[in-house]
Amino acid sequence: MAFYVVQFLTGLASAASLFLVASGLSIIFGVTRIVNFAHGAFYMLGAYVAFTLTERLEGAFGFWGGIVIAALVVAAIGVLVEMVLLRRIYHSPELFQLLATFGLTLMVEDLVVLIWGPDDLVGRRAPGFKGAIDFFGQNIPSYDLFLIVLGPVVLGVLWLLFQRTRWGVLVRAATQDRDMVAALGVNQKWLFTSVFALGVFLAALGGALQIPRDAVNHAMDLRVIVEVFVVVVIGGLGSIIGAFVAAVLVSELNAFGILIFPKISIILVFLVMAVVLIVRPWGLFGKPEAPARRTPGLTVNPWRPLTTNERLAAIAVLVVAAALPFIAGNYVLTVGSEIAIFVIFAVSLHFLMSVGGLASFGHAAYFGLGAYGVALLAKMAGLPMIACLLLGPLLGLMGAGVFGFFAVQLSGVYFAMLTLAFAQIVWSIAFQWVSVTGGDNGILGVWPEKWAASPSHFYWLSLGIAAFAVVILRIIVFSPFGFALRATRDSPLRSEAIGINGKRIQWTAFVIAGTVAGLAGALFAYLKGSVFPDNMGISLSVDALVMVLLGGVETVSGAVVGAIVYKALNIWLVSQTDWSKLVLGAFVVLIVVAFPKGIVGTLEALMHRRRKSSSAASPLLTSRIETAE
Amino acid sequence: MKLTVKDLNSFYGPAHILFDIALEVGEGEVVALLGRNGAGKSTTFRSIVGLVENRSGRVMFEGRDVSDLPTHAIVRGGLGYVPEERRIFTDLTVEENLEVGRQPKRPGAPQWDREKLFKLFPNLGEMRGRPGGRMSGGEQQMLTIARTLMGNPSLVLLDEPSEGLSPKIVEQMVDAILAMKKEGVSIVVSEQNLHFARLISDRAYIIERGRICFGGTMAELDARPDIRDAHLSL
Repeated sequence: MAFYVVQFLTGLASAASLFLVASGLSIIFGVTRIVNFAHGAFYMLGAYVAFTLTERLEGAFGFWGGIVIAALVVAAIGVLVEMVLLRRIYHSPELFQLLATFGLTLMVEDLVVLIWGPDDLVGRRAPGFKGAIDFFGQNIPSYDLFLIVLGPVVLGVLWLLFQRTRWGVLVRAATQDRDMVAALGVNQKWLFTSVFALGVFLAALGGALQIPRDAVNHAMDLRVIVEVFVVVVIGGLGSIIGAFVAAVLVSELNAFGILIFPKISIILVFLVMAVVLIVRPWGLFGKPEAPARRTPGLTVNPWRPLTTNERLAAIAVLVVAAALPFIAGNYVLTVGSEIAIFVIFAVSLHFLMSVGGLASFGHAAYFGLGAYGVALLAKMAGLPMIACLLLGPLLGLMGAGVFGFFAVQLSGVYFAMLTLAFAQIVWSIAFQWVSVTGGDNGILGVWPEKWAASPSHFYWLSLGIAAFAVVILRIIVFSPFGFALRATRDSPLRSEAIGINGKRIQWTAFVIAGTVAGLAGALFAYLKGSVFPDNMGISLSVDALVMVLLGGVETVSGAVVGAIVYKALNIWLVSQTDWSKLVLGAFVVLIVVAFPKGIVGTLEALMHRRRKSSSAASPLLTSRIETAE
Repeated sequence: MKLTVKDLNSFYGPAHILFDIALEVGEGEVVALLGRNGAGKSTTFRSIVGLVENRSGRVMFEGRDVSDLPTHAIVRGGLGYVPEERRIFTDLTVEENLEVGRQPKRPGAPQWDREKLFKLFPNLGEMRGRPGGRMSGGEQQMLTIARTLMGNPSLVLLDEPSEGLSPKIVEQMVDAILAMKKEGVSIVVSEQNLHFARLISDRAYIIERGRICFGGTMAELDARPDIRDAHLSL
């Protein structure tokens, strides 16, 4: 019995940090409507800075002062980020905001390694809380008891701040209607900045307070952000009480789940999250959101199928690409195959994201499932390659079927958070289920059969499948199904009113996208001859997002161009620098801020302008709109 | 002039909504902006306070050009705005809603505080702790006006204050607006309801399809039934 009590208390202690980070995320989202992916990075920075400060400063005052100063320093960094970066993108579609803060996370990951080195750092114990208390023969670290008390205290302070101060009233008002707050004479800029500073302060404090419990390392940001996403999805984004209750719930599930499923305790949390999402999609303490505001600027240029000339041009490009083996060597062909595979992957995400309006941050899960499907079929069942290529993607299909069902219950940022959490779950299963997946060592020796083994044959195979996938997805875009999907994306209510079952349509789109991604993964397994958990990791999901973004989210063919340019650049970059995350992150931030339309989008805009100046003004511009509301 | 608007043009995306709007409001005047649904009344107001981003033209308030200021700075300068859709903060109590609107005193402008507003709108005084979401439409309309007055404005843009209200509440609204006028607040009120406008206004403009097509005193408007019938649905 005593053991379970101690386990329970350990869970409560872990909940404190999680609550701090989650409440910060919630507060920031409430006012700015930005889901700050970089929140985990601020948490990690808090821990690193606190580590350095507590090492340098002496005594008890040095320790506690160091923790508070660390949180303040990181909050100041947060203010800088808000003023330099976020202020530029408050009016961008939410996908761009998610991506920009994600790019920031990537940069911070490399930066902390640059500054503090790659090794785990073990921090100081808290003065006055070094011992443990005996509880019927079980030990409870006294620092845990301190954290258990701290959680509710912070909750109380936040409550007072929001209920009893003018600043709190303004923040709550802005959470509901920020334009109206501005129309009453409140300077939103400083309100946003101060809210962001508070949120980051809480995240950094959460990280700093962890140093007596856990080693500081450069992967702790992603671990915490996934848990925090789960917490805010369960508790309700924007609710501080919800963050508290859900943090306790998730931490207790982790504490006891470890006893039940020692290896994959995250499954338990996932099950609870799934139940909450079915019963209350907006979380235990959240409020149902009105359908997302129209994201201005999206699909201003109406989509159309290719004209005959454009089709001929596309075929010509394909023929030129198919002639590559006659002039290029093996290395170039292998790179070419990889690019073709990533074209498949990118168009599958583009289909979900641009056509379906569902920006997945965990699309690599289905890519990886396809790869593992092939590897398992080939190694365990010994099936021939054709059968593996056909059946392997089915694992991606099944994964998309299950996760997609839950994910499409949500939209916007909730959807993004949930898909990321799902992908992390799939990743941790691949990582931890060593007996089947080989864990970190992966599955080796997945080689293509003889007919496809030579680089030129494999290149043709990849190119053919890529062309096939692009054509099929384009046909779907301009099919009745595609129209229904786009209608649901643009206005869920109106499409429902004309009899479209939006959720089912989106689920189908999710499954299609997952299956096509699985196909890409299946080819990838044969290209590399092996599969690893990283084939479903977050960075691969982000790669896909960046490809679509780089090509142009608003265009039909952007993903193809984006994948080719990005992958070629990426392969070159990785061979040039050790700090690829830093460069990649900066690149992502740059695209979001400077080229939100992407390559194809920018080209289209240029052509559009040229056409407009040559012909008369477009009829859209001169027509008056009757209702100005 | 308290407020002068010149050559105001506004756009929503590629759509041109307002065409060369020109308005003038004198010190302490109540001016009605009349027009049908969708004529551009709300857009005019939103453009004046800078809530429509894509706009050109000149807005002079108390002799100062405020065209390029952000919304909050325009409002802080004493130009209050009461939106059509009321947009009270439903999670906040009556008193908290008023707190959001509170601004420092401004020399030369009428001063308001909670107690004074509760005298003007007695209903609100009886429900100080009630969340805005649990008030009737009329009470919410009063709260939005009171909230804007907390900023001590010298001029208020009132967007369709009578819309959707019962006749009895409309009467109270007329009294409240006349009381505001007596305090010295200049008012521009947008309306579809000519009877309501006549009860409170000194002058009127008519807006149709984004253009001002009439400006004059109420008596001049009454002398032109043709204009009234062509541009206002009664």
